[in-house]
Amino acid sequence: MPQTVAPTATAPAVESLKAQAIDLNFWYGSKHALKGINLSFPENKVTALIGPSGCGKSTLLRCFNRMHDLYPGNRYQGQLLLQPSGCNIIAPTTDPVEMRMRISMVFQKPNPFPKSIFENVAFGLRLRGISKPAVLRERVEEALRFAALWDETKDRLHQSAYNLSGGQQQRLCIARALASEPEIVLFDEPTSALDPMATSRIEDLIYSLRNRVTILLVTHNMQQAARVSDYTAFMYLGELIEVNETAKMFHMPTQRLTEEYISGHFG
Amino acid sequence: MDDLNRLIARRRRQDLIFGAFGLVCTMLGIATLVILLVDLVMDGLPRLNWAFLTSANSIIDPEKAGILIPLVDSLLIMLVTAAAAVPLGVAAGVYLEEYARKNWLTTFIELNISNLAAVPSILYGLLSLGLLLYYLNLHQLGITGADQRWPLGPRGSLAAAGITLALLVLPIVIVATREALRSIPLTIREAAYALGATRWQVVWHHLLPYSSGGIATGIIIGLSRAIGETAPLVTIGAAGFWLVLPPSPIQSAPPFLSFAWLLEPFSAMPIQIFTWTQDARPEFRVNAAAAAVVLIVMTLSLNAVAIVLRYRLRRRINW
Ligand SMILES: Nc1ncnc2c1ncn2[C@@H]1O[C@H](COP(=O)(O)OP(=O)(O)OP(=O)(O)O)[C@@H](O)[C@H]1O
Ligand SMILES: [Mg+2]
Repeated sequence: MPQTVAPTATAPAVESLKAQAIDLNFWYGSKHALKGINLSFPENKVTALIGPSGCGKSTLLRCFNRMHDLYPGNRYQGQLLLQPSGCNIIAPTTDPVEMRMRISMVFQKPNPFPKSIFENVAFGLRLRGISKPAVLRERVEEALRFAALWDETKDRLHQSAYNLSGGQQQRLCIARALASEPEIVLFDEPTSALDPMATSRIEDLIYSLRNRVTILLVTHNMQQAARVSDYTAFMYLGELIEVNETAKMFHMPTQRLTEEYISGHFG
Repeated sequence: MDDLNRLIARRRRQDLIFGAFGLVCTMLGIATLVILLVDLVMDGLPRLNWAFLTSANSIIDPEKAGILIPLVDSLLIMLVTAAAAVPLGVAAGVYLEEYARKNWLTTFIELNISNLAAVPSILYGLLSLGLLLYYLNLHQLGITGADQRWPLGPRGSLAAAGITLALLVLPIVIVATREALRSIPLTIREAAYALGATRWQVVWHHLLPYSSGGIATGIIIGLSRAIGETAPLVTIGAAGFWLVLPPSPIQSAPPFLSFAWLLEPFSAMPIQIFTWTQDARPEFRVNAAAAAVVLIVMTLSLNAVAIVLRYRLRRRINW
């Protein structure tokens, strides 16, 4: 990936944090799904969440945009701070709509709206009060370029998004998530429904977004975590077991569970 | 091996027998309907012409009697019915499906909405007699509360008739709205919420447009049921013989719309059919048959529109 601005070679690893979970607990009704999570998310880095199925990766991700508020019986406890302001995302007094405007999400299965390609990307912008056609057109183009979808769609912006292939639909969803310039983008297994070619395009895309935006990536694919993430966190049965720089995590995990998981002994 | 084959052969036979039985049952239903239709068309054929549709009733000459007034009245009643039932029904469906918390009260309401669709229609007539006429005074212009009793009988207006049938259609619209909304996958809702849409924005920009075909189908099916309803209209005083067209809702001079027709007396297609069948002179039964054919064509074409809508919708959006 081309790096436009070369960082000073000896830059100290003092990074600012974009978000911070402090003693975060979450319940689906009586099911305790997140147990005392303490985890920091550095700004403009990719943090991968790995762990066996059912360990709570999606649950953690969906705390960030308060998706759990859509369903009854869910309960948060603790803190999930959005920096630099330090506002607690999961506090009852925090407006979920505001959090969703600032933190966007790409889902596991591509879920474009049954509207035109253009309208898919424009919807988030319209929600933010942008209605001038010229501005909309410019922002939509920009987002589609970010998502590496512009060349394939520029002649068919007003066709239904459902005419796109699965991989293109997922990139459209990424464009939709990026259009409103979010502070954090949440990816929940964005490639699990895609073939290897489409997967690698999306990985390239996520990789290219580092340094622009903070990314949380849930994945089942260890190679994917290794390829695109700066930090990796390993979760097990609702708890955070270990977090480290990705390279260290995969070469010398400190916890036995982590080692067993990344060497493919379970999960 | 042989045993197995025999067993399979026996099952096949059972399949065949039930298949044949089912076919006969189905054909029986369809055949009855077709025979009825053919019989009506043959009876009514001599009167099925343009003049029949465009002339008013006549008490003496069956050859001159037409259905203009009940036809127009039925259409205007449907207009009122749709105007009342669509916003109420869609809003109620959206509320129950998207806004209401699931608790014993909403469950109770939901159960009873399905029950409402099965209430005998005469009860809706009684309800509006009491509520719309005697209480809300929705009777014809110039009639006061005191005139409402026998021997004149109730004198409901076009508005009262339309609202009465709207009550009847309401549960159908609510149920159709909810089903159409429920068929939209959760992932679409989540996509919209995740972009920062409020509940209302999700409903307005996504759920309603994506479910409009299903909702429209429900509305049309409701209307096609309402247009043939007789009992509730008789209850609130439909005219069996009426010669006056209501004033046109559309005017040539500003403000172009007029609502004077709402408080006019009304007749309706099924009522007209009924009174003609009651006439001692057999020539009028030909008119009744012809009017019945017109009514059936109206309901069948409404249903056809519903089918086309549903089919086109399925092709357009494939979740
Ligand atoms: N709506 C729900 N109600 C009750 N329990 C739930 C609900 N959703 C998830 N869970 C439970 O919470 C736990 C964490 O689920 P979560 O979806 O976060 O797992 P995950 O790590 O994302 O798994 P996967 O890798 O399979 O997506 C699981 O045990 C799951 O069964
Ligand atoms: Mg998951």
